[in-house]
Amino acid sequence: MGQTLSEQIFSNAAGRTVSPGEIVVIRPDVVMSHDSLTPGIIRILADQFGQTSVYDPDQLVFVIDHVAPASTVGTADAQYIVRAFARQNHIRLFDVGRGICHQVLVEEKIARPGTIVLGADSHSTSYGSVGAFGTGMGSTDVAVVWATGKTWLRVPETLRILVHGRFQPGVTAKDLALKIGRQITISGATYMAIEYHGLEWLSLPGRQTLASMAVELGAKAGLVPPSGDVLDRFDVPDWLYVNPQAQYSRTIEFDLAELGPQIALPHAVDQVVDLSELYGTSISQVFLGTCTNGRYEDFKEAAVILHGKKVSENVRMIITPASQKELLRAMADDTLTTLINAGAVLTSPGCGTCMGRHQGTLGQNDVCLSTGNRNFRGRMGHPDSKIYLVSPAVAAASALSGSISDPRAL
Amino acid sequence: MTRIWKFGSDVDTDQIVPGRYAPYMRPVEDVGTAAFIEAHPEFNKNACPGDIIVAGENFGCGSSREYAVLALKNRAVAVIIAHSFARIFYRNAVNLGMALIEAPDLVDNLQDGDDCQLDLPSGRLTVNGQIFDLPVFSPFTEAIVTAGGVIPYIQKFGVLPGEKPED
Repeated sequence: MGQTLSEQIFSNAAGRTVSPGEIVVIRPDVVMSHDSLTPGIIRILADQFGQTSVYDPDQLVFVIDHVAPASTVGTADAQYIVRAFARQNHIRLFDVGRGICHQVLVEEKIARPGTIVLGADSHSTSYGSVGAFGTGMGSTDVAVVWATGKTWLRVPETLRILVHGRFQPGVTAKDLALKIGRQITISGATYMAIEYHGLEWLSLPGRQTLASMAVELGAKAGLVPPSGDVLDRFDVPDWLYVNPQAQYSRTIEFDLAELGPQIALPHAVDQVVDLSELYGTSISQVFLGTCTNGRYEDFKEAAVILHGKKVSENVRMIITPASQKELLRAMADDTLTTLINAGAVLTSPGCGTCMGRHQGTLGQNDVCLSTGNRNFRGRMGHPDSKIYLVSPAVAAASALSGSISDPRAL
Repeated sequence: MTRIWKFGSDVDTDQIVPGRYAPYMRPVEDVGTAAFIEAHPEFNKNACPGDIIVAGENFGCGSSREYAVLALKNRAVAVIIAHSFARIFYRNAVNLGMALIEAPDLVDNLQDGDDCQLDLPSGRLTVNGQIFDLPVFSPFTEAIVTAGGVIPYIQKFGVLPGEKPED
């Protein structure tokens, strides 16, 4: 019987053929943690394991991206602890400004096809964009891997999303990600791995957008089978391939010919409607960034719309590159200049205001159009503030008018 | 007497503890005081040790933040009974030795503010004088929770959950 990608990856890691539902103990290839949780994991390691060193430093990666640069004395002190621990244990650390963990691990090819990448961050599903099994874990789970080199995982069933056709003009991977949530809901893939099929033509950034939002469906992982853009950049092990005999618990099909721009309403990622239902809704802030939509391609998508124009005087447009490399790409042509000329505010590469801690926290009356992945109540600031989730094209078109607008009308 | 706090479906981790109240942003000792600080101020002020949370589908969805579980544990919530739980939250709770129970029928019989008394070892919940039997845990989960969490489990047995000694 054929195996899904996740089953192949788990079989390779376990050294035997495994099936969905089995619990396996494996050594993950990579364990990533960021500044928000690493201080706590260091504390768990010390207090509960009585250790100040880790089992295998080469397994670990630290990224300082969640509050970067530090915004308070407390965050600065916590980052000091992370840097000192990394130096002492010879752990790779990407410091302030290098970028969002999920972007950096792909750029550095630390997340590779066929590997298992655990992250102390729920959006670790992003690594599925390159055909890795990426999944989020809590601090104690990560401390266990630091101390023992191992973790236990249940082999998940796989849900297949089968996509037909290509995006219509003005429609992107973000709209597909939102549409999937609209159809299967925020818990539609709980405990499952998702495989996205029919997207051989989709570039890596589009795959990252989709895979990052797999967790918003409850999924444990979201893998795009390596092809096209990913084959050009990464080596793929010969045992990792789409087996026509693989068993999927369910297949859900989407036809891109019928997909228009989507928007998620406050305060749920699966409360999604066609953009046309919200035309004219006033906004006060636009946030272009995050591991979901903070790459050069996303900035370009916005720049094409904003070229030679100014954002509305009623709107602050905050742009936060996913990484230093993505920022440099936006500087290499006129993308960044176009955005700043239009009135956008550039912040340091990192998570930015996605979780409301700095660089654009929302006040009580704010209405934010975000290219991020979560719009839970209070996530970006005051609990009365509102967050809508959209594509970069919709964000840019709406920044121009000051109200929710359709990029296809421009 | 302890009481039931009933929530709806898709209670996300930003509701349980907003990221702005994370131990990273404030002292870790204060995390319990942030439990539902914005989403349910009454719970935040009045929840007592031994109280029970009852909820619909997908409790704890969203972030991987273990401090969402820690906040409820520090408030001594005795158990969370829900239709279902989000994956990472469930795993985090088991790792910290906190009992979670999936029991949709039971949830539908319980109301916000009901007086209750929990006898977890014998699997019984008494609500307004009526006795309900709680479903049993899977042996895998029960072994971790009984040990007091995943780290006490590893220290007690010398192996990870699911790991055979010869592995």
